[in-house]
Amino acid sequence: MSTVAETQIKLTPEHDARPGATVRSWLQDLLPKIVLAPSFAATIVFVYGFILWTIYLSFTNSKTFPSYDITGARAYQRLWRWTFESDPPSSWYTSITNMGIFGFLYILICLALGLFLAILLDQKIRGEGVLRPIYLYPMALSFIVTGVAWKWFLDPGLGLEQTLHQWGWTSFHFDWIKNKDFVIYTVVIAGVWQASGFVMAMFLAGLRGIDGEIMKAAQIDGASTFQLYRRIVIPLLRPVFLSAFIVLAHLAIKSYDLVVALTSGGPGGSAWLPSNFMYEFTFKRNEMAVGSASAVIMLMTITAIIVPYLYSELREKSR
Amino acid sequence: MLRKLLIGTALATSFAFSAHAADVKEVQMLHWWTSGGEAAALNVLKQDLAKEGYAWKDVPVAGGGGDAAMTALKAMVAAGNYPTASQMLGYTVLDYAAAGVMGDLTETAKKEGWDKSVPAALQKFSVYNGKWVAAPVNVHSVNWLWINKAVMDKIGGTEPKTFDDFVALLDKAKAAGVIPLALGGQNWQEATMFDSVVLSTGGPEFYKKAMNDLDEESLKSDTMKKSFDNLAKLVKYVDPNFSGRDWNLATAMVIKGDALVQVMGDWAKGEFHAANKTPGTDFLCYRFPGTDGSVIYNSDMFGMFNVPEDRKAAQIALATATLSKSFQSAFNVVKGSVPARTDVPDTDFDACGKKGIADLKKANEGGTLFGSLAQGYGAPPAVANAYKDVVSKFVHGQIKTSDEAVTELVKAIDDAK
Repeated sequence: MSTVAETQIKLTPEHDARPGATVRSWLQDLLPKIVLAPSFAATIVFVYGFILWTIYLSFTNSKTFPSYDITGARAYQRLWRWTFESDPPSSWYTSITNMGIFGFLYILICLALGLFLAILLDQKIRGEGVLRPIYLYPMALSFIVTGVAWKWFLDPGLGLEQTLHQWGWTSFHFDWIKNKDFVIYTVVIAGVWQASGFVMAMFLAGLRGIDGEIMKAAQIDGASTFQLYRRIVIPLLRPVFLSAFIVLAHLAIKSYDLVVALTSGGPGGSAWLPSNFMYEFTFKRNEMAVGSASAVIMLMTITAIIVPYLYSELREKSR
Repeated sequence: MLRKLLIGTALATSFAFSAHAADVKEVQMLHWWTSGGEAAALNVLKQDLAKEGYAWKDVPVAGGGGDAAMTALKAMVAAGNYPTASQMLGYTVLDYAAAGVMGDLTETAKKEGWDKSVPAALQKFSVYNGKWVAAPVNVHSVNWLWINKAVMDKIGGTEPKTFDDFVALLDKAKAAGVIPLALGGQNWQEATMFDSVVLSTGGPEFYKKAMNDLDEESLKSDTMKKSFDNLAKLVKYVDPNFSGRDWNLATAMVIKGDALVQVMGDWAKGEFHAANKTPGTDFLCYRFPGTDGSVIYNSDMFGMFNVPEDRKAAQIALATATLSKSFQSAFNVVKGSVPARTDVPDTDFDACGKKGIADLKKANEGGTLFGSLAQGYGAPPAVANAYKDVVSKFVHGQIKTSDEAVTELVKAIDDAK
């Protein structure tokens, strides 16, 4: 960046110093903007442009191909009706209740487990350098790999149950992945296994950033270890909670591939998440309007959760 | 994310094509026949075209059901880069034809006599507004039983002629400690089996009314309820691990003798062949009990796009080669299906193939050739998938009674129309 600016200066005749200086400052002002412009334009078009396009499509009667005549909110009316069809559950009802269960448990367990592991690893133990990557590496796998591996492990005829039967524990029974009421919890297990190590790494970095003097002061004041963590460490980790929450929340919302690889949709579609619903309706059932409407609702939901949270967290920080 | 991917695919393919735009002695073919047997079958066509001097440009998009391929095709068509032809199923052809992007093969069809040789039921999908837009490659039929002969002999079973016979046979297998029915608990497999159950329970007239015409009276009739009850009877004979299993693993259970029978389309025969099994001695193929004389079909088609003039000659050569008797025979012997024209000699086919060809001919003449709703040949994808939802929810217990199933079916189909 600076070399470009310098060559520009050399090209300018010396006696004409003042315009040169303006060109230079003008360039210095503008260069970051020029460099950022392509990615900015790409984001505007491919993210925000397509968000608007999706919203537009959700009000049309697009089927296989996009159609541009606005026909009203029939797609939303159908989704709204499906929202309350719980017995037998409509696909949309299944998707959103699963999202609730999965999102809540996934984020909560990942945060709790990640924090717990990080605190244990932070006790200046031997072999931390070996242990840390072991927990972290699942994050390097794609969801497809995680899904397939856990599918085999949880399959009663192949994995855990079969192995324990062979070892002699024949009464052992674990068929959640084949059970319509429990299949979503297997998605939670696989998801937590993959992401908790990453959350641990985030918390570990946070713990290392805490000033040792504060801890010592608290210990001198006679705080127990539990009090130390409860009253001092965890409140100090608040920014890490924010980052981890945002990372986990968006991972939860886009968990499409995990469901497909692990359960192929579950018995009778009982493992669907809204992202599966969206893909199914847009690309397999040629109901692009309904697919778009469900995508818009997903976006609205995450906005409704994330924006107030971000707002409150960031406002308090600036205070 | 997905959108970006789509645009990316579109751009990538458009580069790939523009580089070859001048080359007219070439066909570009989008398909998802990437697995061993299927690829080998397609190779026959490649060689036929090579003999006539046409190069073959493969655009394979893997993924058994063709979802990925259809997504890629959508992007290509949206970008205005039509392939010469694409593998397509049922209503997809008509959707693209309605969008006005398909070519016109009517002259070739007349010259080659396709009108007479291709079954009328198939022409519903390959002809749009009187114009030929696709060349059917094969006819699969869905109402088959695939039985392990060794197990059948062991339990002393005979060919079941009625649904009750079938249940009795399954009971025998159960008593002998074999898994009676190999089923993969994925919605399309369950619905594919249910297609046969409906035909068996209600007969050809009823099947047509309910599953192709979507007549509401038939859909909520007692016959339909009885069909669901019969499905419930069959589901009692599957093993507890069936849910989510792939179809070919279910076929493998029959091949290995772990299970007695699978209800599946004739693509299952490919698995038996791959395991070096012979019909008659190692395995048996019967029509689903009570459906003899009728055929529930689905068919692979090569949709022909509206390509520029300089590429039309290659397209016509491709279409002609696809429906030539020699290719139809050679291809379908490998693929396990039967030819899409009824005047192909059956000399090269095995016993099951010969029966399939004879059945297709008979069904075509007798008007008992019906599209499979589960396979997307009975109604558009929105309806077909709504149907699969209901059947699958019934099998897995979200829908508890046949009464409820029928109500849900009418509602779901109505919603999706």
